[in-house]
Amino acid sequence: MKKLLIPSLLAALLVGCSTTPLPEDSTGAPVESRTGGTGVAPVVAGGLDASGLPRELTDKNSPLSQRSIYFDLDKYDVKSEYQGVVANHAKYLVANPSFKVLIQGNTDERGSREYNLSLGQKRADAVKRSLTLLGAKEAQVESVSLGEEKPKNAGSGEEAWSENRRADILYRAPDGRGEF
Amino acid sequence: MSRNISRISRRVFLCFGLLTAGMAQAQLSIEITGAGANRIPVSIANFAGDAALSRIVVGTVRADLERSGLFKLIDPGSVGMDENSPVDHADWKGRGADALAAGSVVRGADGRLEARFRLYDTQKGVALGGMVFVTDTAQLRLAGHRIADFIYEKLTGERGVFSTRIAYVVKSRGQFMLQIADADGQGAATALTSTEPIISPVWSPDGSKLAYVSFEKKKPMVYVHSLSSGQRHIVANFKGSNSAPAWAPDGRKLAVVLSKDGNSQLYSVNVDGSGVQRLAQSAGIDTEPRYSADGAHIYFTSDRGGSPQIYRIESSGGAAQRVTFEGSYNVSPRPSADGKSLAFISRREGRFQLAVMDLSSRQVQVLTDSNKDESPSFAPNSRMILIATEVGGRGLLSAVSIDGRIKQRLSIAAGDVREPAWGPFLK
Repeated sequence: MKKLLIPSLLAALLVGCSTTPLPEDSTGAPVESRTGGTGVAPVVAGGLDASGLPRELTDKNSPLSQRSIYFDLDKYDVKSEYQGVVANHAKYLVANPSFKVLIQGNTDERGSREYNLSLGQKRADAVKRSLTLLGAKEAQVESVSLGEEKPKNAGSGEEAWSENRRADILYRAPDGRGEF
Repeated sequence: MSRNISRISRRVFLCFGLLTAGMAQAQLSIEITGAGANRIPVSIANFAGDAALSRIVVGTVRADLERSGLFKLIDPGSVGMDENSPVDHADWKGRGADALAAGSVVRGADGRLEARFRLYDTQKGVALGGMVFVTDTAQLRLAGHRIADFIYEKLTGERGVFSTRIAYVVKSRGQFMLQIADADGQGAATALTSTEPIISPVWSPDGSKLAYVSFEKKKPMVYVHSLSSGQRHIVANFKGSNSAPAWAPDGRKLAVVLSKDGNSQLYSVNVDGSGVQRLAQSAGIDTEPRYSADGAHIYFTSDRGGSPQIYRIESSGGAAQRVTFEGSYNVSPRPSADGKSLAFISRREGRFQLAVMDLSSRQVQVLTDSNKDESPSFAPNSRMILIATEVGGRGLLSAVSIDGRIKQRLSIAAGDVREPAWGPFLK
């Protein structure tokens, strides 16, 4: 529990806000950052959310809340437009070595369920490779596949399929609480 | 005789376990969409004895034979006939019946039921044999399936599969249910309910267990589940994904697909989860392993050549041989129990269809005209293939004969049905 405070504290220090952390059970408004051409990345601090994770991972105003990487049809490499998303998560994992992530790869519904499971694995593996190349530790990252079993969009057709060709990043805090 | 009784009592035990796991509300309903060309004309007389009980048995026998598409039922009239009633063969022949079955269902002093029957060849004017089942009310339909199996085997020369069971997954209102039903879709019972997906169920060779992949822990893991006790354990939970279980014919090992060392690759593991060994090595995806019935080979899907195709290796290892060549997407290989055929899913012009290969000639025949066939599963007599397909956006099961002539649809009104697995012959 004590360890959990560290990321919030660090974040608070970085943005030059009060060094007094919010109580962990705070549900009030997050502390907004003040950036002014300092070159400091804006981070939203504010204790923990309901899943026990620092708010900067889940608050929708934080770049770290962007957890999905989309892939083209029959493609298994991280597109350039998602390199920034992956880099943000790599940076967080480097700064918070006791946090872990689970990357879940997904495919669209066409074809064999088991073969799709293996294709989703390739997508998750690509994200994992990028994270570890950027400094995340092997032990921090597990890549798995949900294949076609958990579509974000249950419809059929290219619009639904493109939403489902995806890898999602889930976080777990050092105390075991989190999204997986 | 004692062999049959022990068969029945074992079945009673199995079903008790399933019942305690919770009965399903949804029943599979069956629609026959095709029939064989030369159907054998057979008449099943109304059995003597307890009229209500006889009706259940006779109704089951008639429905089984009819559904198979191989028999034409001849109206026997309303007169009851037991297994010892005299048979006027010429009269039955005259009515167009090549074969006739008659029997009885009686309640014994101890409350147990005895179902008896005898089958006759009216052409030759001889009895082809008969059987007695000691059973109870709950198992009466099973006695009917056994009688239908006997008739099927005597008249076609192949073993019947009416008394076998099938497993499948129902998705309904956000829940996934692994269900077991009789081969005719009746008597469904739920073995496992989960809010997360369940895929790839496969029967152990003795029919007592299922292996499957469950996502209940946010990632795919392989489980083995004993149906009578409901006990289950994790067989493969390595870092990464664990999937595509296949039983070795001896029932002691499973082939599985693990991504622990990188790509999805084939391994074998003991049923208790120990003794993991690599089976094959490739730079691409290897998945969907299936042992040939003699255990000599493992068929699997691999994209090592650029597109997903079916390959096989000797189960002791060695170089892979490519098996499919037509088209750019051939997956989900399922060798038949008689070793003669390989069912698989082939993509043709963007449509996923059931195909079957004659393993001696390597000739391929596409058996369906659907868009989204998946997960084929052979009946243990190698004559029918059960698949998941989609009609009007809803998942249902379809059974197709290996010549493609007979088709049956099994659907559930309440939800999607998928991932069928046809169980083995009852021992």
